[in-house]
Amino acid sequence: MKVLVTGVAGTLGRLVAMRLIERGHDVIGIDRRPWADAPESIEMYQYDIRKRPAEDVFRTRRPQAAIHMATVTHLVHKSADRMRVNLYGTRAFIHHCHTYGVKQAILVGRHTYYGAAADSPLYHTEDEPPMSAHTFAELADLVAADLYASSALWRYPEIATCVLRIVYTLGPSKHGTLGSYLRGPTVPLVMGFDPLFHFIHEEDAANAIVTALSRKLHGVYNVSGPSPVPISTIVRAAGRRPFPVPATLINLGLRRLALPKLPPAAIDHLKYPIVVDSDAFKRATGYQHRYDERETIDAFRAAR
Amino acid sequence: MLDNLLPIDPEVAARIDALDLSFNTFGIDPYGIDKNDLTRFVSAFAWIYRHYFKVDVYGLENVPSRGRAILVGNHSGGVAIDAAMVMGSMLLDAEPPRLPHGMIDKFIHRFPGASQLMSRTGQFAGNPDQAIRLLRDDRLVLVFPEGARGTAKLAKDADTLVGFGTGFMRLALETKSPIIPFAFIGGGEALPTVANLKTLGRLIGVPYIPVTKWGLPVPKPTRFQLLYGKPMVFEGSGHERDEVCGEMVDEVKTRISDLIRQGRQLREKNITEADLVL
Repeated sequence: MKVLVTGVAGTLGRLVAMRLIERGHDVIGIDRRPWADAPESIEMYQYDIRKRPAEDVFRTRRPQAAIHMATVTHLVHKSADRMRVNLYGTRAFIHHCHTYGVKQAILVGRHTYYGAAADSPLYHTEDEPPMSAHTFAELADLVAADLYASSALWRYPEIATCVLRIVYTLGPSKHGTLGSYLRGPTVPLVMGFDPLFHFIHEEDAANAIVTALSRKLHGVYNVSGPSPVPISTIVRAAGRRPFPVPATLINLGLRRLALPKLPPAAIDHLKYPIVVDSDAFKRATGYQHRYDERETIDAFRAAR
Repeated sequence: MLDNLLPIDPEVAARIDALDLSFNTFGIDPYGIDKNDLTRFVSAFAWIYRHYFKVDVYGLENVPSRGRAILVGNHSGGVAIDAAMVMGSMLLDAEPPRLPHGMIDKFIHRFPGASQLMSRTGQFAGNPDQAIRLLRDDRLVLVFPEGARGTAKLAKDADTLVGFGTGFMRLALETKSPIIPFAFIGGGEALPTVANLKTLGRLIGVPYIPVTKWGLPVPKPTRFQLLYGKPMVFEGSGHERDEVCGEMVDEVKTRISDLIRQGRQLREKNITEADLVL
């Protein structure tokens, strides 16, 4: 099958592309970032998904399936065009899938869609509305992109559309929201809070995406791996030193010193858990993760 | 979190081992309960439960030793000593021990420290989705249908009941869980509230601050009575009209009032254990 992958130069994008090739698919990659050492069998186009040349790739290459991963993570990316990439990119992707006869579309989103709050249930199911988008402007565009992507389910019923809400990825790449947060030797935590973090090995995440493709999944699904672990436990297991900072100090402006990369509302994500129920995905696909919680953290820790 | 702070009591450790929970390689269960933290915390709490307070527990055999169930009881005392003593009886007296998941007021999770402790010991903000999930997972859920109105009772009203919500009944019907009514006596003596400071409480983010005869909301050593009644099973879908659900709630409320009355008589030594109708 001919599979087009947007955001292919990202960590997860590369892993997905490699998996697809292993399974004998033809992979067409689109990314505005370069992928210098991409395997020769991947047809690589360095375009922005929102621009005309990307549409030409759909027009001329006519993929049967497409996977959209060209979204910008909210916690670390401060660029002003984040909202444009996430929303207009998603719109262009869905539009091209429809116009150029793509049979199956997968949109890869994040579990942070549900938001973090003191009174939310521990396991979120797919039917829950995003209750905390208003408290977190940086998250709002991802929530909007997720809901917009879901609208393709009824807008274009002829396309098998699947929206995946995947938990934080972690692994040897050291990339991703959680990986970046754990990068330094000392990791700031909010004193007196220790939320569960839900994460999955990046290879397991790539496998889940490819599994969704092979099962022609239709609908919105949460994707998770092992059961969640408190952030302080993750920090220690990763060989980092936890550094608890009182929330009042963070609010008083020490945020710039302690958590320079995080927008203010991200503090809630260090106080309250976002944990998802992925039973529906497992039932629909038979998917099972390979790396448990400790193996996943060890893989992150051992990588240079 | 509690490493190096609190020592482990070997007897408590054996009881935590006997809990019907599955822990991952970090000793964390799927709901975030930390085996090590729970053991250390209960070890310290065991002293309070057995020596600072004394609890006479009756009808412990009425709580199922496995499977889903909802413990429903009265609030008594300006802070949730009642919940702590129910925890104590289930973890330290029941055979086999069980961990009740309290449905606590959501303000507690906004406080540093408290949030962490509650999360690691399986105490969740009272959220119906959360409760249904726990019950479907055959856990034991602890509910005080009076809510914060119940802990706010003044000492003179400690053995009365204020309005019950219907949420617990809908949970029971939807998940087909038995309700175990219980009465807790003595909270009003341990912490005799003479007034509640609501405005000051709101300023720091709690519903109220109780003022006791001696000022501070610190309970004095007290002997409590804790009575578990026979399981009550109701039939329905959980989506009944309020009037229908309300009648079932009244049945439970009446049962708890009766248990309170008997507990009061025990406390005043007007009856003995043999006279109890649980």
